[in-house]
Amino acid sequence: MKNLLEAHAVSKKFGDFTALNKVSISVPKGSIFGLLGPNGAGKTTLIRVINQITMPDAGHVLLDDEPLQSHHVQNIGYLPEERGLYKSMKVGEQVLYLAQLKGLSKAEAKIRLKYWFDRLEIGDWWNKKIQELSKGMAQKIQFVVTVLHEPKLLIFDEPFSGFDPINANLIKDEILRLRDNGATVIFSTHRMESVEELCDHIALIHQSNKILDGKLTDIKRQYKTNTFEIGINTADKVALAETISQKFDASLTDFRSLNDALKLNIKLSENESANDLLSYLTTKGEVSHFVEVIPSANDIFIQAVKNN
Amino acid sequence: MNHLPLIIKREYLTKVRNKSFIVMTILSPIIMIALIAVVGYLSQLNNNKTRTISVLDESELVTDIFQNTEHTKYNLLNNVSLDDAKTIVEEAETYGLLYIPKQDSIDALVKHIKFYSKETPSLSVISSLESKLENRLRDVKLQQQGIDLEKLTASRTKVNIAQESFIGEKTSKIDSYFKLGFGLAAGYLLFMFIIIYGNMIMRSIIEEKTSRIIEVIISSVKPIQLMLGKIIGTSLAGITQFVIWIIIGSILMTVVSAFLGIDLMQQTPQNEMMQKAMENPEVAMEMQNLVAAFYNLPIANLIIAFILFFIGGYLLYSSLYAAIGAAVDNETDTQQFMLPIIMPLVLAVYIGIFTVIEDPHGTVSTIFSFIPFTSPVVMLMRIPFGVPIWQQVLSFLLLVGTFMLTVWFAAKIYRVGILMYGKKPSYKELIKWIKY
Repeated sequence: MKNLLEAHAVSKKFGDFTALNKVSISVPKGSIFGLLGPNGAGKTTLIRVINQITMPDAGHVLLDDEPLQSHHVQNIGYLPEERGLYKSMKVGEQVLYLAQLKGLSKAEAKIRLKYWFDRLEIGDWWNKKIQELSKGMAQKIQFVVTVLHEPKLLIFDEPFSGFDPINANLIKDEILRLRDNGATVIFSTHRMESVEELCDHIALIHQSNKILDGKLTDIKRQYKTNTFEIGINTADKVALAETISQKFDASLTDFRSLNDALKLNIKLSENESANDLLSYLTTKGEVSHFVEVIPSANDIFIQAVKNN
Repeated sequence: MNHLPLIIKREYLTKVRNKSFIVMTILSPIIMIALIAVVGYLSQLNNNKTRTISVLDESELVTDIFQNTEHTKYNLLNNVSLDDAKTIVEEAETYGLLYIPKQDSIDALVKHIKFYSKETPSLSVISSLESKLENRLRDVKLQQQGIDLEKLTASRTKVNIAQESFIGEKTSKIDSYFKLGFGLAAGYLLFMFIIIYGNMIMRSIIEEKTSRIIEVIISSVKPIQLMLGKIIGTSLAGITQFVIWIIIGSILMTVVSAFLGIDLMQQTPQNEMMQKAMENPEVAMEMQNLVAAFYNLPIANLIIAFILFFIGGYLLYSSLYAAIGAAVDNETDTQQFMLPIIMPLVLAVYIGIFTVIEDPHGTVSTIFSFIPFTSPVVMLMRIPFGVPIWQQVLSFLLLVGTFMLTVWFAAKIYRVGILMYGKKPSYKELIKWIKY
């Protein structure tokens, strides 16, 4: 898959403080790329470099194989974490102005704006001022501002904050639809459940360094511990647990099930296979549950940050 | 991509449509004119009252100088004692009583002239009476010493030195006052403009920061474009406001004076004297000089220099205001940075007033007309007196150079500052930002 955006060894210092230390990322075309990291890790600085708001001290960024130039702002839509619109300006006027700054003609911007306003059912806000709208309503407007010029690359910094679940879902569906229509999305967030749901690729930035990146499934494979969650029906749970523990690295666990089964987490060593375990278990009782434990993005995040 | 026109348009329209801007634009001249009208009306009431001054002249030397005028009537008392006269005047409730006793000599006489009144009399009335008496008593003294008054008047010679520069420009004293007035007006106008609209730019940048829209905007346009757009848009709004003020002001002025019949050039005792003086051919000459003075001004040079220095000076200062706006989070934090901006401006105005009057081409005024932060004001004040073109050009180039430097500097601060929140920056920090 071709990369839409590549950052090569981007570094940025603010005085003595290093915000980014030789960070490289590759964002494949048509993917949703999760840019993760604790607060103050340098995510926003990286996003600002991509947006040409901040110039990097070293390194360079390629968009569609071209070094970033000022005309590229037309190809990028950016929803910053710090949301804001002109409070005393009318909604329609404001969106038209911001769209024109992104290089759309006024007529074209009007047509697209009608489309989006109908889509999000906010057409009757046209003549309202931002200060008359609720926070969630203003967020919707901001979303429209970000996507109106149909950029190739969309950058969302915490896009769901401030939305109720219904609207968050609406926005999530819109993001997925934009991806399906060919846009590439960079998605910066702390909310791991949305990472699981949306992202194909992730990069984890911690204390100005990139400590992890790649396809989410590959990373999960890398972080899996060869642990299996099993449920086995037996008359004497204590005895069976004892027996299994002698042969495998097992520990008691719990999960929802309908049976009153013995529930264990079993970690296999490298020379043991899942099939061996399963065939061994079938000799001990009725296996009601057998599943590989896949690390959640949350687990990976916490573990990766701790290890550093 | 050049978004400058778009940004300027938005800035201009938002400013002009703003309710408080509209209210201020319309109300300010109305309030100003209303104030002038009220003051004018009240002082007219005051002047319409005819003052009656009773005169008791025991010396009989000066009786005939008290001729009635429009606002002053003289009531000459004869054959009454001072005490009786006082009672009469007090009961008649007229303005007051001028008492001139009979004495042996004029020098003794002047020590005993007195004015009695219920309240403290107006200064202009007293000085008008004094000058009347002085003139007459001088003539009497001269006559007593046997001098023919007619010969004396005939021998009086008025000298008015005609001034001309080596290249043939005619000037005069009146000329100098006129030039000074022109320079002061230009300098003050610039000063006011910078303070009012510089602040406006600063506030609009702070507003952009507090509404947090800045990050969206500068992901589309270069900070320097945004800054220039804000400066130019706000300035245009400022010029619009100024022009409307002038138009409304002059219309109202005409209407008010026509309707209420307030003669803004009122007849005061001083004006009466002025009018008398005007009939004097020498003063009429001076008035002709005044008209000539206007034509003597290097008008083309003045207009061009005014436009260039005005724009240059205004842009220089407004870029500094923009930098301050970008550096802080709210208006209260701006105080610490305001002083270094206001100081050179105030300095420029004072230098203009004190040294340009004294010597328009002296060392101090020449130096300050080259220093970019004071040059717009000081140079504008000097130019009516004739400044060599090379000096004007040099000063202007210095101004433009400094402007570029401050824009660069302001843009640096702007670029970093607009994304900084929650910190109250110190000067040290600002210098660090420039290095980013």
